[in-house]
Amino acid sequence: MKKYTFTDKKDTRSGFGAGIAELGRTNPKVLALCADLVASLKLDTFIKENPDRFIQVGIAEANMIGISAGLALSGYIPFCSTFANFGSGRVYDQIRQSVAYSNTNVKICVSHAGLTLGEDGATHQILEDLAMMRAMPEMTVINPCDYNQTKAATIAIANYNGPVYLRFGRPVMPIFTEADQKFEIGKAWMVNEGKDVSIFATGHLVWEAILAGEMLEAEGIDAEIINIHTIKPLDTDAILRSVSKTKCAVTAEEHQLNGGLGDAVCQTLSRNMPSPVEMVGVNNSFGESGTPAQLMEKYGLNAKAIVAAAKKAIQRRG
Amino acid sequence: MDIQGLKDIGAQVRRDIVRQVHGSQSGHPGGSLGCTDLIVALYFSEMKINDSKNSEGFLDFKREGIGEDLFFLSNGHISPVFYSVLARRGYFPVSELATFRKINSRLQGHPATHEHLPGIRIASGSLGQGLSVAAGAAYAKKLRKEDRLVYVLMGDGEQQEGQVWEGVQFCAHKKLDNVIAVIDWNGQQIDGSTDEVMSNLDLKAKYTAFGWDTVDLDNGNDMQHVVEAIQAAKAKTGKGKPVVILMRTGMGYGVDYMMGTHKWHGAAPNDDQLKVALDQLPVTLGDY
Repeated sequence: MKKYTFTDKKDTRSGFGAGIAELGRTNPKVLALCADLVASLKLDTFIKENPDRFIQVGIAEANMIGISAGLALSGYIPFCSTFANFGSGRVYDQIRQSVAYSNTNVKICVSHAGLTLGEDGATHQILEDLAMMRAMPEMTVINPCDYNQTKAATIAIANYNGPVYLRFGRPVMPIFTEADQKFEIGKAWMVNEGKDVSIFATGHLVWEAILAGEMLEAEGIDAEIINIHTIKPLDTDAILRSVSKTKCAVTAEEHQLNGGLGDAVCQTLSRNMPSPVEMVGVNNSFGESGTPAQLMEKYGLNAKAIVAAAKKAIQRRG
Repeated sequence: MDIQGLKDIGAQVRRDIVRQVHGSQSGHPGGSLGCTDLIVALYFSEMKINDSKNSEGFLDFKREGIGEDLFFLSNGHISPVFYSVLARRGYFPVSELATFRKINSRLQGHPATHEHLPGIRIASGSLGQGLSVAAGAAYAKKLRKEDRLVYVLMGDGEQQEGQVWEGVQFCAHKKLDNVIAVIDWNGQQIDGSTDEVMSNLDLKAKYTAFGWDTVDLDNGNDMQHVVEAIQAAKAKTGKGKPVVILMRTGMGYGVDYMMGTHKWHGAAPNDDQLKVALDQLPVTLGDY
């Protein structure tokens, strides 16, 4: 197992803040919009350095999506930002008509996704957004795994012409990917090559997958771990290449089992290479208040759950 | 263009509207007929648009619209009038109006950019979104220090959508004094009169309270009055406030049996009804 260590921990939303700050210095077409959550989205530096390129829209997310579409069709690159709950389900129709169907170059950048939002509870813990956005034609869906990768993804999407949903989160997490990495949309990242089971993880669950890989290694199981940072378009080649070797898979995501990464991987495998798949995610329920660690434990979204899923997948494969 | 010229175009556009809806046996003639005079006046007289032509002889449409006045149709269901005006103005062949709402057409039921129909900048149809999009485009013009205007047409029933008021608030707060909104105040919506379904009460007082300047247009189906109202609204731009034209129209204006009733909001005439309608609308530019 390749060794991953970290010397620092940061939140992925701060990666977004650092990425858009850099875009503020390098790309004059980039604008930032926010719906009354500037501090939570870490926009302080961008706003300080580019006050004229920041648009505060107040608590009016539907309006923010429409304004972004109008700015984009006029030639700007708007990065509109809020919590994932308010940047997906709340404004699905606005995104559908004014962004995706109209193919406007809008970047929807959302924080506080999933259970790790923590104490605010289920009203704010969106666990369905990947499913909604995956279903939308023309939409690119990205869910990076740590601070460095979120920063790189933020910078990369400015150079891609089309609608993007970029999802990140609130808690501090280990920084284990390289600073100044090149982020390639739609290209899965090989975390660890292995031969016994493929673990496809996204977002905060990638670090848990690494921990799970170390635990499995101690039991003599050689896990292949792949970071699927782009949920759509899915890197189906990487998935099929891996499972053609391991013959079984685990998916791991901070999202409902319905409609997320797990479903996407299953769709790919069932069409091309039917194989046992075990899915780690939230099973058709809402979240609740608690610390991020307590919630990930209670809802079975951690290394321990991934280990159990991997063993089951291997057992089913026979 | 003089008023008579605009009226002649309006008559032909009204013929186009009923013929399109008859041709596909589907679509929304009522609001289209009511808003004909406004959209003709904007495109043929009052808006500055890029008149350069492409190699095929049609207007060289650029989605960004830099240096142009822009028009957004928020109540996208009145697509027949929008398509007719765009075609008559030279964005695409008028013969293409025959494809309205048919398979493989660029003239979708509601306006769309997906099929790359020249003249369309954003999809509309799901109500309440157009003012927000127009606000974004107007903001972009401010960022570029352009002095061109952004027009957006909304329905009066559409004022029931909450997002409209988010946009109204934004335009005033950001002092988007390059926005001219127009409300088609015909008093009708699908399920009946707006007073019965969900009253708008005093729209003028509402917009004034939200920080907008207003222009009353008591007869939006009189071309002279329409042009004067647009010019009055233009005169109010650049003074720190967005402007709204409260435009009273008759739904179905120009076809007697369609006038003043919500029953022709989204219904198509049959062959006999088409003949009656066309007898009331003279050919001026030639049918497609």
